[in-house]
Amino acid sequence: MSTTLAGVAVDAEGFLLHPEDWTEALAAEIARGAGIDELTPRHWLVVRFMRHRYLATGTAPTIRTLGKASGVEMKELYQLFPKGPAKIAAKIGGIPKPRGCI
Amino acid sequence: MTTAIDKVSIIVSHGSLEGIYPGLIMANGARMEGIEANLFFTFFGLDAIHRTRQQHVKVATVGNPGLHLPTMLGGLPGMSAFVTHEMQKRMEELDIPPIPEFLEMISDAGGKLYECKASVDMFKLTMADFIPQVDSVITVGEFYAMAGGGQIIFT
Repeated sequence: MSTTLAGVAVDAEGFLLHPEDWTEALAAEIARGAGIDELTPRHWLVVRFMRHRYLATGTAPTIRTLGKASGVEMKELYQLFPKGPAKIAAKIGGIPKPRGCI
Repeated sequence: MTTAIDKVSIIVSHGSLEGIYPGLIMANGARMEGIEANLFFTFFGLDAIHRTRQQHVKVATVGNPGLHLPTMLGGLPGMSAFVTHEMQKRMEELDIPPIPEFLEMISDAGGKLYECKASVDMFKLTMADFIPQVDSVITVGEFYAMAGGGQIIFT
């Protein structure tokens, strides 16, 4: 099942179907829908890291890698994205939902 | 849509590598979905949070039919260390951390770690024997109270 958000195709859970449709304005809108009213520079650091890794490698980084290499450590990741850092940052970054168990 | 799970309380009761990892993966996976996670270590599961023993957790190579290794071979000296090493290599490839790092990760992610009072008393251990991420020693009754309103998973 798919639907649209601001004219862009998303899946049933709200993840962009086509990462190339992504814009920063859209990111802010997805964030609001996920309960994050304002994307701070720290949020952006994580969101951009997720997106860059996905576009470069074809897979989203694991939560372990996110905590080690994004520039934001584990505790803060969960403060920034209480509903799940990898999942929510992927959604805001316009990439598919990460399918790893870690 | 069915009701979403918002809390899990996971009991870790075994002290082998294959006995400990499933509970940790389930707990970390819960936090990754924004689900509250409690870990309750009981019996030999306490080795997972024991300061020194957590560094030496091994795969059980005897009496473990899933390994498809004849029991007599599994009992050879060094076999458990070898199989453990091989498994750790494969897990590292999947970015699954070693047990000490994994527990730190779960704790930093907001997961809570508890020790079973009966087991701690039986093995004559104290808080000083455990990693600092452990929240407290709790009774079975306290565990059930804490798990209220969520799901309990026994591993």
